This record gives sequence, C-alpha cells and structure tokens, in this order.
Amino acid sequence: MFEMEIVLPAVLNGIATGAVYALVALGLTLIYGVLHIVNFAHGSLLMLALYGVYFLYTLLGIDPYVALPIMVPVMFALGYALQRSVIATASHGREDNILLVTLGLSIIIDNLALYLWSADTRTINPSYAFDTVDFGIAFIAVPKLVSFLGALLVTVLLWLLIQRTDLGKAIRAVARERHGARLVGIDVEHIFAMSFGIGIACVGAAACLLLPSYYAHPGVGESFVIVAFTIVVLGGMGSFVGALVGGIIIGLTESLGGLFLGENLGRIGIFVIFIAILLFRPAGLFGQRAT
Amino acid sequence: MLEVAGITKSFGGLIAVSEASLSVREGSITALIGPNGAGKTTLFGIIAGFIPADRGAIWFAGKPILGVPAHKLARIGLVRTFQIVQPFAGLTVRENIAVGCQLRERSRVKALAEAAEVARRVGMDALIDQPAAGLTIAGRKRLELARALATRPRLLLLDEVMAGLNPTEIAELVPLVRAIRESGVTLLLTEHVMQAVMGLAEQVYVLNNGRIIADGPPAAIVADARVIEAYLGHGAAARLKGAHA
Amino acid sequence: MKTKGALVIALLVALIPLPLLVHSDFWLHFAIMTLYFALLGQAWNLLGGYGGQRSFGHAAFFGTGAYAAAMLQLDFGISPWAGLVLAGLLGAAAGALVGALSFRYGLRGSYFALVTLAFAEVFRIVADSVPFTGAGVGLQIPLRQSAANFQFADKAGFYAVILALTVLATGLAWWIENSRFGAALVAVRENENAARALGIDIDRTKLGAILISGALSGLAGSFYVQYYLYIDPRIAYGVEVSVAALLVPLIGGTGTVLGPLVGALALRTLNEVSGGLTGGAPGLNLVLYGALLIVILAFLPDGLVSLVTRLRRRHA
Repeated sequence: MFEMEIVLPAVLNGIATGAVYALVALGLTLIYGVLHIVNFAHGSLLMLALYGVYFLYTLLGIDPYVALPIMVPVMFALGYALQRSVIATASHGREDNILLVTLGLSIIIDNLALYLWSADTRTINPSYAFDTVDFGIAFIAVPKLVSFLGALLVTVLLWLLIQRTDLGKAIRAVARERHGARLVGIDVEHIFAMSFGIGIACVGAAACLLLPSYYAHPGVGESFVIVAFTIVVLGGMGSFVGALVGGIIIGLTESLGGLFLGENLGRIGIFVIFIAILLFRPAGLFGQRAT
Repeated sequence: MLEVAGITKSFGGLIAVSEASLSVREGSITALIGPNGAGKTTLFGIIAGFIPADRGAIWFAGKPILGVPAHKLARIGLVRTFQIVQPFAGLTVRENIAVGCQLRERSRVKALAEAAEVARRVGMDALIDQPAAGLTIAGRKRLELARALATRPRLLLLDEVMAGLNPTEIAELVPLVRAIRESGVTLLLTEHVMQAVMGLAEQVYVLNNGRIIADGPPAAIVADARVIEAYLGHGAAARLKGAHA
Repeated sequence: MKTKGALVIALLVALIPLPLLVHSDFWLHFAIMTLYFALLGQAWNLLGGYGGQRSFGHAAFFGTGAYAAAMLQLDFGISPWAGLVLAGLLGAAAGALVGALSFRYGLRGSYFALVTLAFAEVFRIVADSVPFTGAGVGLQIPLRQSAANFQFADKAGFYAVILALTVLATGLAWWIENSRFGAALVAVRENENAARALGIDIDRTKLGAILISGALSGLAGSFYVQYYLYIDPRIAYGVEVSVAALLVPLIGGTGTVLGPLVGALALRTLNEVSGGLTGGAPGLNLVLYGALLIVILAFLPDGLVSLVTRLRRRHA
C-alpha cells in the first residue's frame, strides 16, 4: 500500500490540484483581507464559472485555457456588480449580515444552476485530456500540469497587481485601515467592489484551469466552499503565501486521504483540519495573531 | 478593601504595568491617574479579571483574587465600567439595567421593576423605556453606571467615566458619584478629567509608564515634582518653580 | 418586538381541533410541515436569535436525533416514543460537543457559523461511510402503523404530536424570554464584555442555549424519521436542514417567540405557491428562499413580525 508507484502520483496530483485550490482560496482570502467578509458564495461562483467554461467549449468550441481572457474579465465584472449592488446594500455593512447575504446568494446560484442545467455531471473531453508528461519518476496528466503552472502564474500576476500597482496600493490601504483610506480620498466602496471583483476573477481563472480534469455540477459550489475556507483559515486569513501553502497542503490531504481511506472518508481529513485550526490556531500558519 | 501588590504585565516586548501596588480603603474614593498610555486601563483590566497578569497579587476583602475570571468577581462584588461604553444596544434602558439586577434577583419581573428604581437613583427615569442605542454619550455613561450599580457592588471600578462629557455633564455626574459612595460603595476610578478627580478623591495614585510614581491626597499630588514631570515633561517642575520665583 | 408570548401559546392551543375541521390529507400535511419547520426554527432561534450564535450546521443536532431514533428502534427494539425522548437527549449531547469545543475556544460570528458547518459535514461523511448507520443507503423503518409504534394511519395523529412538540418549543422560547437565563443569553448576544462585567458566565450561558437548541433539533429529527420512515446521511446531516433551520427564524423574526411560526408559515406557503407555478421543477423554490432571505435582510432585518410594528409606527 505504500509503494512509490501509487503514493508518488497521488502526491504529485495532490500538489497540482492543490495549486488550483490555492487559486480559489486566494480570491477568498483577498476578499476577506480587504472587506473582512466571509464570502459564502465563493464556491457557487466557482460552479457558475465552471459552467461558463463548459458552455464556451461545447457551444463555441473555445478551449478552456483559451477561455481565460474571456472568463477572467466576465467573472470580475460579475463580482464587482454583486458587491456593489447586492452585498453592500442588503447587508447594510453589518458583518454578521454579510455572511447571510452571501449564503442567500449561494442558495440562489446553486439552485438556479440546478433548475437550468439539471443535476447531470458535465465533463469535457479535449484532445489533450489523457496526454501525460513523463517526469522519470512519474507520469503527470497534461491538464494537471497546465493547471498547476497556470495557478502559479496567476498567483504571481495577482501578487504583482497588489504590490506594484496604484490599485494594489489602494487595496492594501483599505485593507489595513478603511477609515484612514477614506480620509485620504480613496473611494472605499469602489475599492471594495474592485477587490471582490478580483477575488471572483481568480475563481474564473481557476475554473478554466480546473474543468479539463474536473466537472461541472450544481453541487460543486457546496463542496468547494468548505475546502476554500479550510485553506484560507489554514493559511491565515488575508495571507497570499498562506493560501498557496494551505492549498497545497489541502490538495495533498485530499489526494492521500482518498488513497488511504477511500474517496468519501478521505474528505474527512479536510474538515478535521478545518475544525482543528479554528479551535487551536485560528490565525492559521501565516495569519496575524489576534490580540 | 482592595490590596494590589507588585502587578506586572507585558504584551510581547512592551511592559504595560510594572510592579504596580495600590491600596483602596473601604468606603473611600480612590483615584488612579496618569498620562495617556501609562497603563491605567490595563491595570484596571487586571484587577477586574479581564486581563491576566504576569506577576503579582491582588486581595479583595482579604481574599486573593488574581486569576479569578471577571464574572466571578462581579458576583463577589467587584464590578467595573468601561472606558468605551458598552451598552446592550438592542435593549431598552430598563432592560439594560435589569441585566445587572439579575445578578442578585432571580425573578425577571422583580428585576425589571428594580431596574426602574436604579434608573431613578441615577436620574434616568425619564429615559427608562428608551432604546439604549438612542442615548447620548452622557446618557450612555450614566447607563453604564446604573447597570454596574444594579449588581449591588461593594467595590466599583469606574474607567474614565467622565471622558467625553462636557463641563455641565461632568458637574452633574460628580455629585452622583459622591452619592454612590454615600450609599456604601467603595470607588476606584481612573480619570483624565482633573477637576473631577481632585474634587472627589481622597487618595490618588499616579501611574506613569506602567509604574506607580506617587501616591497621596490630591493636594500633595498636584505639587509633587515627579507628577508634574510625568505630565509636562522632564525639567518642567524646575521650570515652573523658577517661573514662580 | 415583544409579542405577548401567552397569546402565541393560546394561538397554538387553539389549533388543536384542526383535524376535526380539516379532513384533506393535503392540508393536514401542510399544517404538519409548517409546524415541523416551526419546531426546527424555534430550535435554531434559541441559540441564533436570542443567543446571537448563528449556526450554519444545525443538521448536526437534527441528524443525530434522527439516526438515534431510527437505530434505537431497528437495532435495539426500543419503543419509538422512548426513541423520541432519547433523540432529544442525543441532540443535546451533539450540541454539547459542538458547543464545548467552539465556545471554549472562543469562536464567534462567522467562525462559529463555519465550524458548525464543518461539524455537520464530518457527521455526514461518517454516517455515509459507516455500516452502523446504513452508510450511503440510509435506514428504513418498517411500516407498522399503530399509536404505540409512533406511526399513524391518520395524519391527525402526526399532527397532534408535532403540535405538541411545537407548543413545547414555543413555550420554551417564551420561558426563556421571561427568565433570568434568557436575560443573560440576550446580554451575551448584545455585548459579551459587558455581560461578563455584570457577572454572567458567557460560556455556560451559551452552552445552556446550545443544549436546549440541540435537544429540540433532535426531537425534530425523530419526528422526521417517524413521518417519513427513512433517513440517510444527506437528509440527516445535509445543508438543506441547516439552511431551513436558519431561514425560518430569519425570515419570521429572530429573537421573538412568534418569529419562527410566521417564518415557517411564510416559507411553506411560498413553497406551495412556487411549486404550483413552476410545476415542481427542482431547485426553483429554493431560489425563491434565497431571494427572500436577501430581501428580508435588506428591507426587513427584524423579520416579518416587525412589519406589524413598522405599520403601527407609520399610522401613529
């Protein structure tokens, strides 16, 4: 059971999937870091994006990776609009209500998807779906490799955006001290919406990278939401490095857990980690310790 | 009534309170003053059971209480108010005060009635059924006081109860504080508003950079060189003396 | 808004003779489901409304009660009535477990909501994987209709039971509103530090609330099993129950005695109406629930019961 031939591919798969999980979690941690809101609709929006990529492929023949420049701006716009029009107004800015508003959104999105597209699992079969790359010690499926590299690339781009642009500076300012930011003339509501939009754009990118080796189904949102939260909490709310490291850890946990305990029970590892982190080290690996 | 000995507390590398000792006589009004950042609220938090101390000891009515959690201290009669007022925003004034009453009174009906009595004592009976969220700062401070009183404390810790009030409001609150002492409650207050402190307190402790640097009756404190320097800077005492010479 | 709790109880009691007037199975089912959701809502409301600890994982308590009721009958031959009581106790135990861990480690707000969700998911995965609970297939109660067996041929029997349970839950809410414990619970909700300073033991108060809330949820779980004679991991511990539990009081009005009742009625009515309009397409009625939640949060954050106060204020 511990043969290298079985464990090693599981490890590599876990890391590859983990990188895409990390991308999803990055969006969530950015949203939390700037707006201090726990976006419960994050998984549902990923599900929506997966369907978007699916339909772009099946109806317009656009390859998922090629769809990146379409999905990312579209999801960004959706995120911006949702924050500005629905979330900000319905919650009246109260933090305890924001979670409920995003819960409401996730219910709407998940069930609209169920109604419109039924519960059939949708997969795509691009030509490269079963190609593998030989790394000597193991074979890696091309989609997994591409998604891993793609996730890393997007993370770097995001980091550059936050650290090197004026927008990023404004975002960091609002994240640290929103009232002070307002006083120096930053349009805080706009920055909130921009940050939310960027967070959802990450989800759009993740969907493009994920679909070739995954599937679209209305229930995807539900299962992703907790995984994303686990990563964010594990890595530390608001920490980019944390989301990346956390994502890989969770990817490995899921992959190895599935290998040793079976797919069902294997997922328990994720939730146990989640509960344990919340109880014993809520700041996560890289987060700020709350005084 | 209260003996504080050698309390030390640091947060990370920052020493907030260092070897602080003070003594509060039963039935007195004692004040703890000091410049901003001196550590007054931290010391208060430690005495009231909200913050743990690194070292030291505290006795309340002869019993050691360091490490006893805040709610248990409230039950034995040591109650504090907060510098930044903490009303139960969604409740009315009566309901707010009733929470305090419920510490001693099991019956909800009786507690609500008693709350009206306490409100009258602090002069809030006109506002009794108003939502707490709608009160002015002065009203909220009074509510905070009323709530604490409702628990029938033996020692009441008032954390900057005058902060944020205008001179008229302060002038109204001072006799109330005295009246509370007259009713048998011992008071320890921290304060910035000097006129209130000097007028009310019998014993004053001065805290600077976490250390108690002086103690005594108000008149002596005002003239103490170390106290003047703490507030006005190094050499200020000499300069003042020189200016008057 | 403080409704006269006594009036609410009286209203419920007045509903006792309903089956004498209504003989249609459809309407009796509607009444039973409304009361069932009201029970679930009252359970959540005690912890989330009065206590302000909003759980996203009440299924953990509901499902434990449901499985307990099922397994005690099937594996141990215990009377389902005793199973009802034990379901309540085990629901409370599940509450104690979740509460002891969460409150001891100071989880509140969104963190508390998420951890309760995680607990419910862990329970679901375990139930799904362990043969003891029938794994993914679930458990089926054999049909043996008799009052002693907590299975009624006439829906009126189920109606009586759920009405009694809802009266119990509503009565508990009323008692809490007027008790010292309730005052402490509300104080904890409003401001924990202030509550501590006034002598309230925060952790014990929250634990008390989650125990009662868990017990009532467990009772609801047991009722579900007896009514539908089937339970599986998704029904028991899935998100749907948790969402229903919080939707009902949020829409009706949290922290009130009447709220969960109004909320349950509103949601069941919406369910029937939308089901009629859309022909029972899966998912659409839940879309409406989600939309209703957002609308309520945006325009009527104190729930439907606050409509009365608002209208009264307009005409004053």
